[in-house]
Amino acid sequence: MEILVYGIINSVTLALMALGFTLVYGVSRLPNFAHGALYVLTGYITWQLLNRLGLPYFLAGFLSLALVGGVGALMYHFILERIRGMAISEIIASYAIGLAILEGLRWAGLKGGTFILKPFIEGSLNIAGVSVDYQRVLAVVLGAALVGFLWLFVNQTRLGLALKGMAQDERAAMTLGIDSDRMAVVAMALGSIFAGVAALVLMPLGSIIVESGYQVLILAVAVCIVGGLGSWTGALLAAFVIGFAQILTVSYLGAHWQMVVALVAIILTLVLRPSGLFGKQKELEERV
Amino acid sequence: MARHHEGMRKERLDRGIKVRSDGVYAVGSWREMAFLLAPRLVLILGLLALPLALAQAPYWQKVLSIICIYALLAIGFDFLAHFVGLVSLGGALYIGVGAYLAALLNTELGLPVWATIPLATVLGGGVCTLLLWPCLPLRGVYFAIVSLMFPLLASRIIEALDVFGGTDGVIGVAGFPGVWVEQYLLVVCLLLILFGLRRLVNEDVGLVFRGVKDNDQAVKASGINITTFKALGVFIAASLGCLGGAILAHIYNWAGISQFALDFSIIPIAATVVGGGGTLVGPVIGCLILVPISELLRDFGTLRIAVYALILMAFIVFKSEGLMSFGARKYNQSESWVEI
Repeated sequence: MEILVYGIINSVTLALMALGFTLVYGVSRLPNFAHGALYVLTGYITWQLLNRLGLPYFLAGFLSLALVGGVGALMYHFILERIRGMAISEIIASYAIGLAILEGLRWAGLKGGTFILKPFIEGSLNIAGVSVDYQRVLAVVLGAALVGFLWLFVNQTRLGLALKGMAQDERAAMTLGIDSDRMAVVAMALGSIFAGVAALVLMPLGSIIVESGYQVLILAVAVCIVGGLGSWTGALLAAFVIGFAQILTVSYLGAHWQMVVALVAIILTLVLRPSGLFGKQKELEERV
Repeated sequence: MARHHEGMRKERLDRGIKVRSDGVYAVGSWREMAFLLAPRLVLILGLLALPLALAQAPYWQKVLSIICIYALLAIGFDFLAHFVGLVSLGGALYIGVGAYLAALLNTELGLPVWATIPLATVLGGGVCTLLLWPCLPLRGVYFAIVSLMFPLLASRIIEALDVFGGTDGVIGVAGFPGVWVEQYLLVVCLLLILFGLRRLVNEDVGLVFRGVKDNDQAVKASGINITTFKALGVFIAASLGCLGGAILAHIYNWAGISQFALDFSIIPIAATVVGGGGTLVGPVIGCLILVPISELLRDFGTLRIAVYALILMAFIVFKSEGLMSFGARKYNQSESWVEI
C-alpha cells in the first residue's frame, strides 16, 4: 500500500518536472537544457521575495512564476532563436545558460539547509493506513490540475491550438499565419512557468539546492525519452513507469539506486523501443 | 562597418602564396615552405618552450599541465562532435575512468607509472566505449543527454557502493619522477595526438567518419556498419580523455570522485567553441586561453563555471566560427571592399 501511495506521488512529481521540458521540445524541437536551472531559479526567487521583501506566499509564488516565464522568453528570444535548427549549438548554448544560472546561484550563496520554503499546509493525512503530509497530496492535486489545464489550453484556446499546430507540422502552421518564432517564445515561457510550478510545489519537501537543478534535468529528460520526446501522453505514462520503478528500487534495493533507475530506463527504452512508449515514426528517424 | 560600405561587398580571395603552397611545388621555394610551416612551428616550438619559460613559476607549470589535460579532452570532444557527429557532454567520465584505472593499477597491482598510463589509456577507452555502446545508435540530442548523465551517475554509484575508496578516493598513487618528465610527457603527447588525429581525419577512415556525421544512411548503404565506426570514434575520444585522467591521477597522487566533476565536461566544450570547432587545433588554443582565466578566477569558486558558460554562450551566438577559423581566414585570404 505504501508503495502504491508513494509510487503515485513520485510519479506525479516526475510528471510535473517533465511537462515543461516536453512542451518546449514538442513545439520548437529545442532540448531545453536550462530546464533544471529554471526550476532552481524559481525556488530562489520565491525565497528571496518571501524573506527579503516579506511578501505573502501566494503573491511571491505568482511573481516568481511571472519572472521565470519572462526569463525563459527572453532567453529564447535573444539567444536561442539565433541558433535555431543547429542541434549542436542549441544543446551547448542552453546547457551553458543553465550552468551559468545554477553556478551563479551557487556563487551567490545558495547552499542546502539555509534556503527552505515552508510547506503551504502543515500536517498530514492518513490514506489507507499510510500517512502522507498535505504538501505531497497538494503536489498530486496540482499536478493533475496542471495536466488538465494543459489539455484544455492546448485543445480549446487559439493560442494552444497554434502551439499544437506547430508541434505537428511547423511549415503547415506557418502557411496558416502562425508566427513560429513567437509561438516558440510562448512555448518557452510556458515551459519555464511549468518548471517554476513544479519547483513551488516540490521544493517545500526539501531545501533549495543547486544539485536539484541537475537532478530535475536528468529526470525530466529520462521521462521524456522513455515516453517519446514531444509526446505528452507518453511523458505522463513514462512518469508513472519510472516513478513506480524508483519507489520499488528504493524500498527493495536502497535509496542510492534511485538515480540509476532513470539511466537504466533510458538505456532499456533505447535498446528495446527506440521511439519511446508513444513516439511516432518520424521521431524514430531522428533518433537512430 | 556596414554603414560605411553602402553598395559594396567584401571580397575574399586566397592569397597568392596560399594557392602556390597548396600544391606539391611548395617545396620548391623557401618562402612557400615558410608560409606553410610558420603557424605549425609557432605552435610546436611554443608548446615545447612553455615548460622552460615557466621554470621559475612552479604554480604556472602545474597550470600548464592542467591546460594540456584539458586540451586532450577538448581535442577528443572536437573530434567526436565535428568529425563523428556525436556531442558528448560528459567528458568528465573519461577523465574519471582514466584517473581511477591508473590509480588502481598503481596502488593495487603496483605497476609503475610508465605502465599504468598506457594501460589506463587503452583500457579506459575500452571501458568508456562499452558503457556508451547502447547509446551509440542515438543521434544528436539524445546522445548528448545520455552522455551527460554518465559522469553524474558514476560519482553517485561510487559513493553509494563505497568502492574504490568511496568518497576519499584512491590515495597514495605514485608521482612522476620529476616535473620535467610530467611536463614534456604531456606536451609531446598532446602534439603527437594533435597532428596524428589531423592526419587520421584526412585518411579514408576520416572520410567514413565524416560520412557518418553528414549522412549516415549513405554510409549504411555502402555496406559499412556505422555503429562500429561510432564506437571507434568514441574509443579514440575516450582514450584521449583517459590519458589525461591517468596523468592527472599521477600528478595529484590521487584519484577521487571530484574527477567526475563538471569542470571536465564544460571547459573542453567551451574551449572547442572558443577556439573553433572542427579544426582540432582550435580546442588547444581555446584551452590555452580559458584555463589560465579559470585559474585567475579560482578565488571566486563556482563563479568561474558561470563565467565560462557566459563566454561559451557569447561565442556560440556571436562568433560561432571560433578563433582558429577566424585566424586561418585572415592568414590565408586577403579581404577588400569592392563595388557591387
